[in-house]
Amino acid sequence: MSETRSEQVLRVDAYPTHEVGGYRVRAGKPFPFGANVVPGGVSFSVFSDQATSMTLVIYKRGEPEPMAELEFPEEFRTGSVFAMTVFGLDHENIEYGYRADGPYDPVTGHRFDARQVLSDPYARLIAGRDVWGVEPDYSRGYQYRSRVCLQDFDWGDDTPLGIPAEDLVVYEAHVRGFTRHPNSRVTAPGTFAGLREKIPYLKELGVNCVELLPVFEFDECDNPRSNPETGEKLFDYWGYNTVSFFAPKAGYAATGRYGMQGDEFRTLIKDLHAAGIEVILDVVFNHTAEGNELGPTISFKGLDNATYYMLTPEGYYFNFSGTGNTVNCNHPVVRNFVLDCLRHWVADYHIDGFRFDLAAILGRSLDGTPLPNPPLLELLAYDPVLRHTKLIAEAWDAGGLYEVGNFPAYGRWAEWNGKYRDTVRRFLKGDPGVTGELATRIAGSPDMYSSRGTAASVNFLTAHDGFTLADLVSYNDKHNEANGEGNNDGANDNNSWNCGAEGPTDDPAVNALRTRQMKNALAILLTSQGIPMLLSGDEVGRSQQGNNNTYCQDNELSWFDWDLVDNNAELLRFTREMIAFRGRHRELRSTSHPTGQVREHLGLPDISWHGERAWQPDWSDDSRLVAVARCGAGDDDVVYVAMNAHWESHDLELPALPGGRSWHLFADTGAEAPHDIRTPGTEPELDNAGKYLIGPRSVVILVGRTNDPDTSGTP
Amino acid sequence: MTLNVKERRNKTGTVLVATGEINSETSGTLLQSLLPLVREGKPLRIDLTAVTYVSSAGLRTLLVVYREAQHHGVAVTLYGVSEEVRFVMSATGFLDFFETGEAAAAAATAAKAARAKAAR
Repeated sequence: MSETRSEQVLRVDAYPTHEVGGYRVRAGKPFPFGANVVPGGVSFSVFSDQATSMTLVIYKRGEPEPMAELEFPEEFRTGSVFAMTVFGLDHENIEYGYRADGPYDPVTGHRFDARQVLSDPYARLIAGRDVWGVEPDYSRGYQYRSRVCLQDFDWGDDTPLGIPAEDLVVYEAHVRGFTRHPNSRVTAPGTFAGLREKIPYLKELGVNCVELLPVFEFDECDNPRSNPETGEKLFDYWGYNTVSFFAPKAGYAATGRYGMQGDEFRTLIKDLHAAGIEVILDVVFNHTAEGNELGPTISFKGLDNATYYMLTPEGYYFNFSGTGNTVNCNHPVVRNFVLDCLRHWVADYHIDGFRFDLAAILGRSLDGTPLPNPPLLELLAYDPVLRHTKLIAEAWDAGGLYEVGNFPAYGRWAEWNGKYRDTVRRFLKGDPGVTGELATRIAGSPDMYSSRGTAASVNFLTAHDGFTLADLVSYNDKHNEANGEGNNDGANDNNSWNCGAEGPTDDPAVNALRTRQMKNALAILLTSQGIPMLLSGDEVGRSQQGNNNTYCQDNELSWFDWDLVDNNAELLRFTREMIAFRGRHRELRSTSHPTGQVREHLGLPDISWHGERAWQPDWSDDSRLVAVARCGAGDDDVVYVAMNAHWESHDLELPALPGGRSWHLFADTGAEAPHDIRTPGTEPELDNAGKYLIGPRSVVILVGRTNDPDTSGTP
Repeated sequence: MTLNVKERRNKTGTVLVATGEINSETSGTLLQSLLPLVREGKPLRIDLTAVTYVSSAGLRTLLVVYREAQHHGVAVTLYGVSEEVRFVMSATGFLDFFETGEAAAAAATAAKAARAKAAR
């Protein structure tokens, strides 16, 4: 072969056919939508059902005024798609947008305004918010500027990890918050590159999946509020207000000022995969940053308002998201937009899965009523490109639709299990009458997921939204004054307990109890069937000073404090060993709900419940103690977890074990460190095999095995 | 900003010295200079000491050269990568593909020290 790879094949469509505005052009290809580099130029394709004309607006990079405005010739329109190839463009040094002309008649849903330059909904890069927190120049009419980029990242041999869902330990993290603190000591704090430097920490912790808060381009500066106590500017820190769905957030990239955020993010993903860690993105398709009729026009509103948004008969915006607008997800065009977007992230960024914010909205019809068979959810479940990705629903919305346990799953969708969170929290703080439901939740919530398996349940006690674990055991009430809304924002049903003092205290007894309660929470979470999810920082006791809604706090309230890695080494070690223990014992990760079926090789049921007396659980309202023993098919050992939320100790009678096995102590949260937990496989044998005294508000984990740990456990 | 390119040949291979910015406007020039050198089959050193900025398109051009060199079994080494360019290349993953002169020099120094230690 004499030709080299760099020599291009000559194509007929590499030659122009028309001239528009001094530029050589030809009809583009309607698909794919967006801006794509083609031989000799860039092909632009945009959809608008009702636009009467469409103009491509081109800027020299960073310039306030356009360098060209090219109206699409009528013959370049196919159906409702405007497509044009423009030759001779330096794709790296231009920004582009569209002017869509058409009717302005809000009552019928149309809000066309040719004075506005609109972002391309399919733009793969956005300029305008290149460096986090820099005050925008609002005098520039066109704020969020679409950019053209090549999609030729060299992935090497990176492939999806395909970790079975039941084996995941998910770690929910904020890209910026994870390394923004000065004590993170990374080269580029608060960025994809910074997070990449912390991969060894994640690997050592043992998590195998990182779930990132929104990384699609959003405007952190779109929050008008300030902190009433300090006067400091508040941000849109979490980013649940998407500006552009195909573009990674430039402000999260150290190289965002150079427009290289795509490569930086891909490099992070590639290295996470190399470390055995999957990447799930938190995605927000229920609403956009355009708000209601008073909000800005960025893209969809001006391109095709009536298609993209759910509108009332009077032309106002339905607000099932609580943010002003609701994306018309089950409109056929919008369905395809969502599908194209997710395919893009899987194919071009090697993303392993998605968590859908307020996913109940994805099941609503064009007028907002819940659909029995939502086409979007079915489409995503069966799509060839998404086929092996994880799909996780936050199965409720702000319009009152609550579908936890009933989300239309098509055999594919998992759910954030809010009932798990609430039940375990209530148990931990000592509420009466919870043991029965606790048993159901830690067994994978068979009442909700009997037909879907345990991996349909993403179990969590804390998430970005709400108290951190440390605050859950330190505050009875939320303390959100710094958010500037008079402490009226954030959830009120926290099921938290401060252990005897509100907030920080010098009382050693209170602090010891708080540490024990955090260990209890982690022990229950990581021995429950279902997919466990940890909130970043909980493993080191990160506090938000009682603020349970830090969506706007870009400061130390939200950032991961890396000094805690040393200062709370005891809790970190406990978390690491718990994660390792889960990985060692397959019965904790079984996809089948337990049935009580006896395991022939052990003579014990797959699950059994116990109280102070073996085989005699106490399900009464007054009971705050329950113990569970599990043994799985093919596993040689038995895992016994006793959970005591009572403020008194209890003598436990342990169930007898089959021949050759004895009870070994893995964890006792009531014991002083380092005796609170062992490295899996090194558990000491109990002296008094038939009994164990469980302390007040403690969790005890025992392993029934032979004295040779190498022959037990199932990694 | 333009890009100037000069070649220097020696016994061990060819050195290409670049001066200026490598971006979408200038990367074509760089590619035209580098590809024939790669096809000669001799080790190639690219000296970036006087390169102030490498854009996304520039990095892609260097990667194309690397892939072409791989195809021909030719070693390509980057020299004189400035701190800022190195940071950008590192953050975006491009640095993973290249051997840099600094790394090679460090490895040589380490090997020399190890030999000296063994001799003692």
